Amino acid sequence: METFAIDVRGVTKKFGTRTVVNDIAMQVRPGEIYGFLGPNGSGKTTFLRMLCGLLTPDGGEGKCLGLDFRSESAEIKKRVGYMTQKFSFYEDLSIEENLDFIARLYMMPQRKMAVEKSLERLGMVERRKQLAGTLSGGWKQRLALAACLIHEPQLLLLDEPTAGVDPKARRDFWDEIHKLAASGLTFLITTHYMDEASRCNRLAYIAYGNLLASGTVAEVVKAGGLTTWEISGENLAALAEKIRGLPGVEQVVAFGTTLHVSGRNAEKLNASVSPFVSGAQRWEKIESGLEDVFISLMEAAKDNFS
Amino acid sequence: MSFNFQRLFAIVLKEFIQMRRDRLTFGMMIGVPMIQLILFGYAINSNPKHLPTAVYAADNSVFSRSFIWGLRNSSYFDLVREARSPAEINKLLAENKVQFAVTIPVDFSRKLVRGEKPDLLLEADATDPSAVGFAQAAVSGLVATVLNRDLLGPLAKLRATAPPFNIVAHQHYNPESISQYNIVPGLMGVMLTMTMIMITGLAITRERERGTMENLLSTPVHPGEVIVGKIIPYIMVGYVQVILVLLAAKFLFNVPMLGSVPLLFLLVLLFIVANLAVGITFSTVAKNQLQAVQMAFFFFLPSLLLSGYMFPFRGMPGWAQNIGECLPLTHFLRVVRGILLKGNGLAETLPDLWPIALFLTVVLIIGIKRYRQTLD
Repeated sequence: METFAIDVRGVTKKFGTRTVVNDIAMQVRPGEIYGFLGPNGSGKTTFLRMLCGLLTPDGGEGKCLGLDFRSESAEIKKRVGYMTQKFSFYEDLSIEENLDFIARLYMMPQRKMAVEKSLERLGMVERRKQLAGTLSGGWKQRLALAACLIHEPQLLLLDEPTAGVDPKARRDFWDEIHKLAASGLTFLITTHYMDEASRCNRLAYIAYGNLLASGTVAEVVKAGGLTTWEISGENLAALAEKIRGLPGVEQVVAFGTTLHVSGRNAEKLNASVSPFVSGAQRWEKIESGLEDVFISLMEAAKDNFS
Repeated sequence: MSFNFQRLFAIVLKEFIQMRRDRLTFGMMIGVPMIQLILFGYAINSNPKHLPTAVYAADNSVFSRSFIWGLRNSSYFDLVREARSPAEINKLLAENKVQFAVTIPVDFSRKLVRGEKPDLLLEADATDPSAVGFAQAAVSGLVATVLNRDLLGPLAKLRATAPPFNIVAHQHYNPESISQYNIVPGLMGVMLTMTMIMITGLAITRERERGTMENLLSTPVHPGEVIVGKIIPYIMVGYVQVILVLLAAKFLFNVPMLGSVPLLFLLVLLFIVANLAVGITFSTVAKNQLQAVQMAFFFFLPSLLLSGYMFPFRGMPGWAQNIGECLPLTHFLRVVRGILLKGNGLAETLPDLWPIALFLTVVLIIGIKRYRQTLD
């Protein structure tokens, strides 16, 4: 039997009468980078908080790092690193003091060395006395990651770690994550960025608390069952107006110099666009993108659940 | 998951670093008490003297002059005006120029000599009753003696006769009725109530407001470690305040310290912890720092007004006394005044210690029940 880092089923959370996370199952293999996507307020953060014991689930069962995620959350906390969406370290403490504080809470046997190692890896040995509140967004996020790693966890739960971080820092961050995953660490990362989603080994997409799709990028795209046309040429804006709203046309999205038209029902879509295909523009059937699939999933979910 | 002193130490250390960096709060902890001490200590006086007084002497005789001298010597009255008519007296009182007005009628000395027991009018601006009480009492004392020197020869029979018995009044513990002896020790309790509740209330809601609580809860830290870790640094702050008040009491206000100061030092711990527990409990209810401050004031006002610090406890109606009995400050005031002014020992303070302990227990149970280890 395969062992999973996270293996949970039927996870449910209600706030009052509102179901925020509805019957979600997830299996994440050790050493995997698992992307967790979905619109704002879809229940991603709530799910992560339940995994690390910050919220009590209303239903569900399963294991996290081989421990029962409902009854053994105290043990799980020692082996999991959780990076919150908002920077949640002490802004009035220096970089070193923050790391030292966390290392003390986890009762690291060789605390000073662990802090030193962490500072070195961060490249902040010289700036150790700087107050965390004075760091820029990218550095804050690196400090948060370093602090999550200081107790050498087996599983990292990162909640939108790269929100508001510039592209270069984002890329460095992901390189670091891939390096860590190669050494055996498991990641569960929520994100809104499609380029980040495609850097994950596998994905799950949730909306309104429901799991809509999961698997590798290719699997998710395939499961979306979306047909997409790419159109290039002149007068795309005028064309977009004409196509939008035709039967079978679900999305008309401008991408710079091209236009993407897609829909789940290939027959209807093709029938609707056929009069335009012979026009002045160049039409080409392409593989649907992750973003097209997700937007399509979300629209469909809206009809079903809201 | 059990209580661990290593993690407790981590929290204490962190709190100290944050306290050191937060200049404003630090200033509040030391500065506010000092300002209170100076203002309350020097400003509040429930036995006011040298009250401005006007005299309308329609009868200019030896007797009226002696009476006026007597007033002046009592040190309660400063004669600032000689009025020329009863109307002027009324005007002076209405305009707040004088606190007292004495009217000596035209035929005062004639009636006096005839043994007709003439009236002498003393009018007071009694909008604030406590400002005139002591002075009025002093006047009645004057009547018996002030004219004895002038009533000579045939008039000697008019001298006040000795009453059939004497009342010997001893004002124990504060014979000179010096307000500061009462105010300054009490201030120790008042400032501890205010700062301790507010500071701890803020300390936990701040963690929640800044999002650091989420991080803290995701670590293996125990709720007891967080609560105790936040209480310990403020106990020390409380002791700094206690020392400041005691130093001021001794060297600025010369408050007598008859009892054991080390005993007071020990007992104040119970009171400090009781107040810190209130702050912690408030912070488990408050959603943000503003609410925490509002709750602190909500608790502070009845403490200030109903504890017997501002107004005599026994002067309050029964229901107010009952509320007052529930507040730790009420009992602590009795403890601190008892030890310093009366020289009380542990035995005499016990009746006021158990109510504080009971209060602490109840509040702490509520606080721990309400403190959540999750974000639900």
